[in-house]
Amino acid sequence: MSLKLEQVSYIYGEKTAYEMQALKNINLEIHKGEFIGVIGHTGSGKSTLMQMMNGLEKPTAGTVRFDGQDIWEENFDRKMLRSKVGLVFQYPEHQLFEVDVLSDVCFGPKNLGCTGEEAEARAKKALAMAGVEESYFKASPFELSGGQKRRVAIAGVLAMEPEYLILDEPTAGLDPKGRNEILAQIAKLHRENGISVLLVSHSMEDVANYVERILVLNHGELLYDDVPKKVFAHYRELGKIGLGAPNVTYILHNLKERGFAVDTAAVTVEEAAETICKALKDRI
Amino acid sequence: MIRDITIGQYYPADSLLHRLDPRTKIVCTLLYVISLFLFSNLTGYLIATVFLCMMIWLSKVPVFFIFKGIRAILFLLIITVVFNLFLVPGEPVVTIWKLTITDKGIRTAVFTAFRLVYLIFGSSLMTLTTTPNQLTDGLERLMNPLRIVKVPVHELAMMMSIALRFIPILLEETDKIMKAQIARGADFESGNLVKKAKSLVPLLVPLFVSAFRRATDLAMAMEARCYRGGNGRTKMKPLVYQPRDYIAYGVTILYIVAIAVAVRFTK
Repeated sequence: MSLKLEQVSYIYGEKTAYEMQALKNINLEIHKGEFIGVIGHTGSGKSTLMQMMNGLEKPTAGTVRFDGQDIWEENFDRKMLRSKVGLVFQYPEHQLFEVDVLSDVCFGPKNLGCTGEEAEARAKKALAMAGVEESYFKASPFELSGGQKRRVAIAGVLAMEPEYLILDEPTAGLDPKGRNEILAQIAKLHRENGISVLLVSHSMEDVANYVERILVLNHGELLYDDVPKKVFAHYRELGKIGLGAPNVTYILHNLKERGFAVDTAAVTVEEAAETICKALKDRI
Repeated sequence: MIRDITIGQYYPADSLLHRLDPRTKIVCTLLYVISLFLFSNLTGYLIATVFLCMMIWLSKVPVFFIFKGIRAILFLLIITVVFNLFLVPGEPVVTIWKLTITDKGIRTAVFTAFRLVYLIFGSSLMTLTTTPNQLTDGLERLMNPLRIVKVPVHELAMMMSIALRFIPILLEETDKIMKAQIARGADFESGNLVKKAKSLVPLLVPLFVSAFRRATDLAMAMEARCYRGGNGRTKMKPLVYQPRDYIAYGVTILYIVAIAVAVRFTK
């Protein structure tokens, strides 16, 4: 059970004045139950890569396999694929259109052929998973706050009951509180419902705190694919391509240069605090 | 999906035609279009062909892009050719059932087809070598005298450039919302007409919402920068005629004279 990309390349606007290669020879496999972070600069091909995974864009070369099957084969059911691989776009609240929150979330399940009641049951479950309170169910989605809208939009994808959930910058434009809440909710989904999560983000801290594997994209190429500790060990290279490591990585490296016996592989604030305390104790 | 509309699409390149003043290009294109209706003999077409080929070569725009413009008028072109072919009276050449094709019919059909195609080639060449902003700039300056009769020239030009600016934005937005809804299992392709129309609701509602949001944002940003219409407004890059513009006018006038001579002295 996996989602697999084999030598995938993608060129935008082929044979026009605006031709651009968005992806170059990407090889990658995503297993069930993983929590993966995707980082890369604007225009590094992150969004295109995400769209490859549920068959919204067709690769110019290479194959995408879902459970071993080529998704661009003639009789492959891509509607089924899109229900299994849920994709939450950037600013997903821009896709809301229904008169009330509940019917908007029902849109996905209804497209999959669920009856009205089934869809409603799924929608309610999804809204609860996304942390939307019941008092909002009959409100117009256009009256909600930014953070609430985003939760509703995420619920709209969750209602399709995906096995893989891809989120393109789910925290963009939210305040710190809204951001933490959404990320915590996503982590909970992963933990309690066993959904594989792919989190595209600009924030190294977000990624470092939650994920167990990181993909780094640069100019359409997959630069690193490893656990956070190993990826952030390349903090100098990351800096060169306009990315960076979490702040603690820099602090720890600085401390080490000045003679503290800290473990520079720590990626979260908690881990860093622990190793710094330990180093200080050893000194005394 | 909706990205292949050529009319009004700029092709970035560095050529003599790209560098010309937009006013020159608008006026010369207009003269060229008028000239196409002045003649109906072979010599005239030869001169027009030579002129057009020369311009296409000068523009450095791949011929493929210029040909793409025909798609927009293909239907019109076919209808025109068919009607001319069968309905123009003259010496019958072929008769199929009740339809006759005459010698004059063939002649008119071919000439009209060429005239239409040349018209599209000429105007596409202008839009391919001029950015929409330059185009509205040029139009604004050319229409400036109309201010005397209280035509809000600046406002019209501003509205036009905003509208043009919004086309790619809205196309991109449409593409994005479409994909987001497809990701939620929406189906925009199959089904009968009613079903298809209904399936557009999840696309159109968010599109309108976003268009209005963008419009209010833009209005706010313009007001914040003290925009209050065209009164006393100067330009950062005012249009100034260069020597090459006078040469371009000269060449166009030469072409018109050649056409006039051809019309006068050949039958």
